[in-house]
Amino acid sequence: MKDLGCIALFALIVACVPLVTSSGVALNFTMMALYACLLAQAWNILGGFGGQFSFGHALFFGTGAYVQAIAQLQGLNPWLALPLALAASALVALFVGALTFRYGLKGSYFALVTLAFAEVFRIVSLSVSFTGAGVGLMVPLRASASNMQFASRAGYVWLVLAMVVVALLVTAWLRHSRFGAYLQAVRDNEDAARAVGVDPFRVKLAAIALSAALMGAGGAFYVQVFQYIDPGIAYGPGTSVEALVAAIVGGMGTLWGPVVGAVALHLLADLTRNLFGQLPGINMVIYGVVLVLIMMFAPRGIAGFGLPARWRRLRGKRNG
Amino acid sequence: MLEFGILFPAVLNGLTTGAVYALVALGLTLIYGVLHIINFAHGAALMLALYAVYMLKDKFGIDPYLAIVAVVPGMFAFGYALQRLVINRASHGKDENILLVTLGVAIVLENLALLFFKSDTRTIETPYTLATVAIGPAMIALPKLIAFGGALAVSALMLLLMKRTDLGRAIRAVAKEQQGARLMGIDVDHVYAMSFGIGLACLGAAACFLLPAYYVNPQVGSGFVLVAFTIVVLGGMGSFAGALVGGLLVGVVESVGGLYFGESLGQVGIFAIFIAVLLLRPQGLFGAKA
Repeated sequence: MKDLGCIALFALIVACVPLVTSSGVALNFTMMALYACLLAQAWNILGGFGGQFSFGHALFFGTGAYVQAIAQLQGLNPWLALPLALAASALVALFVGALTFRYGLKGSYFALVTLAFAEVFRIVSLSVSFTGAGVGLMVPLRASASNMQFASRAGYVWLVLAMVVVALLVTAWLRHSRFGAYLQAVRDNEDAARAVGVDPFRVKLAAIALSAALMGAGGAFYVQVFQYIDPGIAYGPGTSVEALVAAIVGGMGTLWGPVVGAVALHLLADLTRNLFGQLPGINMVIYGVVLVLIMMFAPRGIAGFGLPARWRRLRGKRNG
Repeated sequence: MLEFGILFPAVLNGLTTGAVYALVALGLTLIYGVLHIINFAHGAALMLALYAVYMLKDKFGIDPYLAIVAVVPGMFAFGYALQRLVINRASHGKDENILLVTLGVAIVLENLALLFFKSDTRTIETPYTLATVAIGPAMIALPKLIAFGGALAVSALMLLLMKRTDLGRAIRAVAKEQQGARLMGIDVDHVYAMSFGIGLACLGAAACFLLPAYYVNPQVGSGFVLVAFTIVVLGGMGSFAGALVGGLLVGVVESVGGLYFGESLGQVGIFAIFIAVLLLRPQGLFGAKA
């Protein structure tokens, strides 16, 4: 219940942002930070709660993006294309998951296979025609709410906020449901989980499908905002890295960690942009440095740094 | 079926590329065998070495083959320091942490290169860049032939080092039984760092042999990294002979596959091998059953 209350409060506050300000910079920041939250939360479901570190989550992002773009180019309404995009991402995830989990790949091996799958999809989408090959796909701009394209950033903020709220609700459900308990049991000790009757294969499969569907939503959102997708954006390592770093920096396996991580990284990226101007690669350098530093000094992330616990202790002392 | 006259040069070409792949994979398999970690920064480190060779040639006119004496020790020192000062400290003894830390290092290196060198693809000009040697019906570029010989020589040196020296024995001891090695008075942290340093030194040598016939850009490493992983899993994690044979094999598959399916889909063939081996025979062709 507490989680639901927090999510409702978060949604309410963020939903008001476009009502208080019409500044393009602020709205753009809110939108991109929320979008990063969505990717991070998606990664967190499989990586944080399931303990399976995917280095190729762009696989699901790109699939969602391409399906969203192609369906629209075929004349389908974007609102109808969205479920297709989610389903396609989940389907790809089920395929990859069935292969890798069936053979018991974990840890570094799982990371490598997901990376390789993303790379295969990138190369294939560079060479086939229905993805527009290297040129990419352009979705025509027809701004109207029924077309899931908005004239102002405010519409996009609400759209991505809705997606983030769904991701948060899924995560909250993982924290309190039987399935979530199974998933965390598999993460912490697969053999023990199996011994008490959990089927690790099915649990991990469900987790990767959920995670991928949310990632696919991120891809679909990307296409709606930028009206363009190409193999490098879709399946390149950038998106995989962004999702993973934000989740880890914020704190894996927590509800708010990925949100905190995504916002913190975006603030940091904006700050450096203001300090050094727009330099290629500088954002990624910072992401990498932050990742290494977090691993060194706070391996459980910002949320796992123990601030709430410390605060509770402090409050407890005061009350007692 | 293609004629012998076309297939033969493709196979030879594949073997020469494969030898360099093997050298890259040798470093990776050493690091894996000893530290039991997958070094995601391997490709980025190769890119770093390639830029070092490029800068030495471009700024000081030093021949890439001469640059070996500077780049190999340089990469060794970089690897030693990286393991000791960054990876070891950030890992807290957990494998997943090392995975993420090396990924972080790779991201930093690649994007620093992007920052300093932009995304341009650069090549160097040497008097022998375009020289060729005829072997039977095939014309092979001289730098590729030298790379082939050099890669095999360095691999042989590596095997000697592992088999015949005290350091090699210490490395093998730590790889087999870390606790026991520590009890015998081996400085495990030092051996870890030495292994990492030697692994990256291999990349230094690979870069010197590679650049005269190749190019460098900030993303060049990521192409190699998956190829090197493929070779390592194909040959069996931690197996040196496996890395050599796997490297040559992958080189030939890429070259012949490219002949039939075009270059980019030839690469897909490599990834297909990679995924198939990981799924069906994760211990590799030469590895013992796990």
